Amino acid sequence: MAQLSELSLKLRVFMKAYPWRRIDPVPWAPLRRPLREARIALVSTAGLVLPSQPPFDDTVKGGDWSYREVPSDADPSTLIDTHRSESFDHGGVQRDPNLAFPIDRLRELAGEGIVGAVNHRHFSFMGSITSPGRLMATTAPEVGAALAEDGVDAVLLVPI
Amino acid sequence: MCNQTVGLIAAEIERRGIATVCLTLLREVAEKVRPPRTLAVPFAHGYPLGRPGDPAGQRAVILAALGLLEREGPPPVLDDLSDSAPE
Repeated sequence: MAQLSELSLKLRVFMKAYPWRRIDPVPWAPLRRPLREARIALVSTAGLVLPSQPPFDDTVKGGDWSYREVPSDADPSTLIDTHRSESFDHGGVQRDPNLAFPIDRLRELAGEGIVGAVNHRHFSFMGSITSPGRLMATTAPEVGAALAEDGVDAVLLVPI
Repeated sequence: MCNQTVGLIAAEIERRGIATVCLTLLREVAEKVRPPRTLAVPFAHGYPLGRPGDPAGQRAVILAALGLLEREGPPPVLDDLSDSAPE
């Protein structure tokens, strides 16, 4: 398990003082159908983009709350790490983007019938958002609506 | 901050009636933020699914996470990979 104590002193002080948002009440949507019949989508906050997409902008005060849509047939090896945080080692995800955007793994599980289907699109954010108001008011609800429109049954969310 | 961000996005998706499960690298952040379902993984920052180039290991993490989707609650559900990894 990663620990706050592994982070730099500056980051540790920030995180200790940071007013973490508390989800209350916690929403709860039961899985509507068995996993073997369920349509699954991915959301990653690793700041990954396709070569045709603009990078995330680390100069946005409070954090870039935008997202990129990643089609399910994208080759994960083409995803580009545009996350600028120094709080994690970028080597792993640059070598293997499946580490944070596991499209290949989901395809394998669908191929084996362990999950029903992989949705035709997934969503990428850059997670270093210290002021999440605009994320919560605009982009996260937009992604929720898009996934609902697609008939997605379950979403796996992967931080970095 | 990524660990808070996935939880906040998950809550918005869950409000649309879609079940979600988050991974977290920082259990204490998930305890504070309280996403609906979270699997805490024992890996370093930057390695949410374990080792790069390790499909079997990554698959085991994903299966453990997807397994939380079949829990009946009550929310928030927060489990550790070591407790829930499939054999």
